[in-house]
Amino acid sequence: MTILDPIQVFRTEAAELFEQIESGLLDLLHDLSNQGQIDAVFRGLHTLKGSGAMFGFEALAAFTHHCETAFDRVRKGEVPATSELIAAVLEAQDHMRRLVDNPATAFPETGDRLLAKLEAAVGSNAAMPQSSDHAPSSAKVEEPSTATWQIDFSLPANAMANGTNPLGLLDEMAELGECTIAVNTSAIPALDVIDPANLYLSWSVTLTTDQPRSAIDDVFIFVMDDMDIQVKKISPDTKGSTEIVPPPAPVEEAAKANPAAAQANGDGKQSKSAENVRVPAERLDELMDRVGELVIAQSRLSQLANTSVDIQLRSVSEDVERLSGELRDTMMVLRMVPIAQLFSRFRRLTHDLARETGKQIELVTEGESTEVDKAVIERLADPLVHLVRNSCDHGLETPEERIAAGKKPAGQVTLVARQTGGDVTITIRDDGRGIDRQRVRAKAESSGLIAAGATLTDQELLQLIFEPGFSTAAQVTNLSGRGVGMDVVKKTIEALRGSINVTSAPGAGSEITLAIPLTLAIIDGLLVRVGTGCYVIPLSAVEECLELSPENDVKSRGRSFISLRESLVPFIRLRELFHTGTKPDQFQKVVVISTGSERVGLVVDQIIGDHQTVIKAMSKLHHDVATFSGATILGDGSVALILDVGHLVTAGQQQEAQMRIAG
Amino acid sequence: MNQPLLKQPEDIWGERADLEVLTFSIEGETFAIEAVLVQEILDLLPETAVPGSKPFVASVINFRGKVIPLADIRLAFGMGAAEKTIDSRIIVIELPLEGERTLVGLRTDKVYEVTTFSRAASEQPPSVGMRWRPDYINCLIRRGSEFVILPNLSAIFTSQPDANLKGISRNNVIELSKDF
Repeated sequence: MTILDPIQVFRTEAAELFEQIESGLLDLLHDLSNQGQIDAVFRGLHTLKGSGAMFGFEALAAFTHHCETAFDRVRKGEVPATSELIAAVLEAQDHMRRLVDNPATAFPETGDRLLAKLEAAVGSNAAMPQSSDHAPSSAKVEEPSTATWQIDFSLPANAMANGTNPLGLLDEMAELGECTIAVNTSAIPALDVIDPANLYLSWSVTLTTDQPRSAIDDVFIFVMDDMDIQVKKISPDTKGSTEIVPPPAPVEEAAKANPAAAQANGDGKQSKSAENVRVPAERLDELMDRVGELVIAQSRLSQLANTSVDIQLRSVSEDVERLSGELRDTMMVLRMVPIAQLFSRFRRLTHDLARETGKQIELVTEGESTEVDKAVIERLADPLVHLVRNSCDHGLETPEERIAAGKKPAGQVTLVARQTGGDVTITIRDDGRGIDRQRVRAKAESSGLIAAGATLTDQELLQLIFEPGFSTAAQVTNLSGRGVGMDVVKKTIEALRGSINVTSAPGAGSEITLAIPLTLAIIDGLLVRVGTGCYVIPLSAVEECLELSPENDVKSRGRSFISLRESLVPFIRLRELFHTGTKPDQFQKVVVISTGSERVGLVVDQIIGDHQTVIKAMSKLHHDVATFSGATILGDGSVALILDVGHLVTAGQQQEAQMRIAG
Repeated sequence: MNQPLLKQPEDIWGERADLEVLTFSIEGETFAIEAVLVQEILDLLPETAVPGSKPFVASVINFRGKVIPLADIRLAFGMGAAEKTIDSRIIVIELPLEGERTLVGLRTDKVYEVTTFSRAASEQPPSVGMRWRPDYINCLIRRGSEFVILPNLSAIFTSQPDANLKGISRNNVIELSKDF
């Protein structure tokens, strides 16, 4: 097994914490008084500081400490949570990210500036008791001034190994007021069985303090989950009853202490991080290979069983067939992750965009539970960021413009993910001004993309925005408008074997729809036979299959065209292309494939059928072969090559062009 | 191209006095490759021709769920295609190609044994009187009255000429694909 680099482990952990903190902060924006989220953010910051210091990220720890302090005060009710504070912490968080990724690139001045901002956000809002004297606030009046508490607690035996120092807890309690501490040593075993790393002590503390009960809970906030604690009020007996907290911690405290539970209470978006296991992608791929082998071995077994008369063998073979099929399906699902991972980034993005542009932006997401292959998600991130930026920057108007147009001041950007068959469609919709066709046309004409006055369909006109170097933004902002985006977006989507579509209504907004296959690892293919070899054509590219009638076959010898509903489609005889040297089957079939508007027919000997295939890359030794984009393993264990549709269509079109020149 | 002509036998021997190798035969000649490179020895498998590829790696096989190229080093040594016999085997080796470890199958007529060669018995290939390209041979090992050839695999695998650009004009693909 590989030994993990501890720094890398910390970075992974930090990334998770950042995500947790960020989502907490953004949720807080909607509900500034949500105590659960405040606690979650505080705990996130605290853990980040602690782990940071432990792994030698001193600068990070020092910087995070200030944010933690600020949030600690919010948590204690000394200062209210405000949107300024949250914005300051969000910004500070970016600095922390830099500190984690590469401390050398983070400028200390940035940190100082951010801290000043943070200080201002906390300070200016301290309308409540002045916090500068740092004396604990006495604003809380729920509890009587002074009370005496009896606190009995014991920590789990491995507490010290996990980094908890009981002395720290005791010191913190001593800070709250006058306290008497008694240690209970009865659990200490005989010397020969003692484990020096274990904690055998428990304590009972009598504390007289003017602090509320919650101050005591705060002392234990980070260890509460695993410990036994009883807190009893001894005097004054104001309520006439003693308050007994049964072990473990009371429910509402537990909920506060546990960020996952707090989030669940908060807005119903469960973070299931605790139940997840991180597995390197290569191991999944390995497992996938093994499952592939198993399926092949199984198909050999069932061939054997089918020729045998042994009933028992056949029944075992059927069981194995069912199980391996299920195993393969489960394997496919393992690679899938909910698209919520991707969408959650956009909450932050729109928040920042709204601040930078002065627009009011509301982000609505739907279908976050749609599952997509992890590799697809990673490669979708950049194009989606670009599209959302475009919608916010170009699409949405300023509040004034919107009010003038009779819309509500806050613009809405909607992200919708939906699964349709083997594809996932992602829609980015805004209710802004829509795409200005006049400007698109003017720009395209001035840059020579289209001839002046050319007749274009609406869709063709809109597709122009995906041309390289095209941007209609009158002025270039630092968000978008440099014209280096949309063509890259289109290329990325096409590389994912997806498609991109735009619709736009002037004044009512635009909608961009991406259709992307759920996974890169599997494609639906059409299995065909050419000569003796089997080949796979990606089904998404197949338009139709038809028979090449013998008279058409003979007629087309010279020109290699078939007429398909009044248009001529060039075709390629794969038998000739592959030099199979076999006799053609009597009834040749044509598979018409297309990329966008260009079509080409492939003449094959036989169409075998639909085949779902796992794509395998070809080795470097075959990188010079452009006709094939990969290979796959068929049920009988043999290898079939996957045709590269883009390359074949281009080849067909070139052939057409040559024919035209030849006359 | 790296400069295979400058490749010295020291590259393979290093400081070692002995070398553990796997010996096999192609067209009556005995070849040997370093045993550490060998992953597995397979019986013949169904092959899939790759139209348009270099003749040297004209087909692919399914090796434990991976699609790996099947190379025919007899082409590098100018030998003709061979009949498949009951002794024919595929040796799967792992080679560094352009910095990436790549699994490649080698077609052989017969696999003999794993044995140890001593450096003292090794000789530089003669510069004249040989029908093979000298840079394809690391060294020759004297064994009795015979010679065993230690091919220079990295030179062989990196210097195979590309097929005519992206064109698809290979004739020997046909024979290979017909076998299965």
